[in-house]
Amino acid sequence: MNAISVRGLTKRYGDLVAVNDISFEVERGECLALLGPNGAGKTTTTEVLEGFRHADSGEVRVLGVDPRHGGLDWKARLGIVLQTDRDLGDLTVREAVRHFADYFPSPRDPEEVIEAVGLGAKAKSRNDRLSGGQRRRLDVALGIVGNPELLFLDEPTTGFDPAARREFWALIELLKADGTTILLTTHYLDEAERLADRVAVIAGGRIIACDRPSQLGDRSDGIARVSWIEDGRERQSTTDSPTAYVLELAQRLGGEVPQLSVHRPTLEDTYLALIEDLPGGEP
Amino acid sequence: MNRTLYLGRKRVGIELRQFFRDRESAIFNFALPMILLVIFGSVFAEQSVGFGDVTFSQYFLAGMIASGVLYTSFQNLAIAIPMERDDGTLKRLQGLPMPKASYFLGKIGLVFVAYIAQVTVLLTVGVLFFGIDLPSSAGKWLTFAWVSVLGLLSCTLLGLAFSVVPKHGRGASAIVAPIVLVLQFTSGVFFVFNQLPTWMQTFASLFPLKWLTQAMRSVFLPDGASAIEVSGSWQLGLCAVVLVGWTIGGFILALLMFRWTPRGSS
Repeated sequence: MNAISVRGLTKRYGDLVAVNDISFEVERGECLALLGPNGAGKTTTTEVLEGFRHADSGEVRVLGVDPRHGGLDWKARLGIVLQTDRDLGDLTVREAVRHFADYFPSPRDPEEVIEAVGLGAKAKSRNDRLSGGQRRRLDVALGIVGNPELLFLDEPTTGFDPAARREFWALIELLKADGTTILLTTHYLDEAERLADRVAVIAGGRIIACDRPSQLGDRSDGIARVSWIEDGRERQSTTDSPTAYVLELAQRLGGEVPQLSVHRPTLEDTYLALIEDLPGGEP
Repeated sequence: MNRTLYLGRKRVGIELRQFFRDRESAIFNFALPMILLVIFGSVFAEQSVGFGDVTFSQYFLAGMIASGVLYTSFQNLAIAIPMERDDGTLKRLQGLPMPKASYFLGKIGLVFVAYIAQVTVLLTVGVLFFGIDLPSSAGKWLTFAWVSVLGLLSCTLLGLAFSVVPKHGRGASAIVAPIVLVLQFTSGVFFVFNQLPTWMQTFASLFPLKWLTQAMRSVFLPDGASAIEVSGSWQLGLCAVVLVGWTIGGFILALLMFRWTPRGSS
């Protein structure tokens, strides 16, 4: 049984169709990243899966349960990291993490969780005195202290500096190694590429592409752009056999090719190309 | 059921920590009656209320204890819950394996503990500085207990219901505080009740605070002082009826009106 199974999910707010007939599956132990512009329907989709909102139509199963009827036993198997939280400001990191462990039947050790998210030195600090990145790590600590089978991460690293983001990725990889299924929403393409087994691009309420990060869109076609300087001018060419092209180029120019670069489309290039043609879609 | 109670107890602990650590709530809901008691008690220390040697500071102490019921329950919840709705507390709790009843148990526990602590300080200040004699009969303490419990229950439920009125957490105190203030002015807290215009007395009789102050006077003033009540008696039976009525009404209102999500988010 898949951890998440969505068939024909549709959600409207008045006249606005926020999510339009979406279908996807997430296997157990998999990390799926939802990418898409603001307002694409990512948060609505996750909130339906988390049970905060009810779908207008479609069939949704999360850990085998329809979220509309998900009881406390079901919730005990989930970890939810919401987008913006400013609560718990008057408690310390340690108090908050310990308190949240109380809600769950078989929680992780709160002290280990605090260490794992890198807040060991801040355990006695009041939560309203944490920096933005530290606060986000607290949210993650509260999301994982219950030892969830399925973890929802909604834009977890917004406001992190690059070093903190890399530490955070290492933490999520540990959770993945433990077999935690993860549904990640993010705006950072490098984050999706590093953490996700598969990426689903949502725009205008629909999934327009869903594949492994290395295979998304035309990335697997092997198309590469070769650029170099010839006769003092910048030249470039697109090819599906860059090695042969470069060899030929070297022969023609008689050795070292000036300013040679071979560029494969990054996930970001592919993503931007995917959403650029959509009406109203802005990256 | 066990889990509901267990988590309810855990919530009481976390609610109390947040209540006392939040400077605004600690001053506004907890310390205010003590500050007012010291000020009014000092200014009107010798002023008679029209019965024997009962002074306004004694009369005011009863009013402040009754106000304490309103502060720790109604005012506290009607301001704190809109903030919790805004800052993500309620949404986060909905995603946790917590029976919703545990949240309400946590609030009720918070209200009762905060009230007991507040009354203890008020009575200590009253005895030490304003020559208040604590009642010696068990009957009066029993009255104090049931009046407090009914008052806290009704005003807690009303606070839960009223928490849907402020649209945002930020403006909540500006909506709630004037209501509490008007009730205090008309219910015999800041003025002696029988000196108020009749229409004001009638207005105040519709709400719990008037009955709470009157019942608290029956506990903390000498028996004969009922002579300065409008009806000439403490009317404890009627007080019980009104408070039970508001408890039932508050329960229905809270059940119908309480919201976990901000208005506008379906």
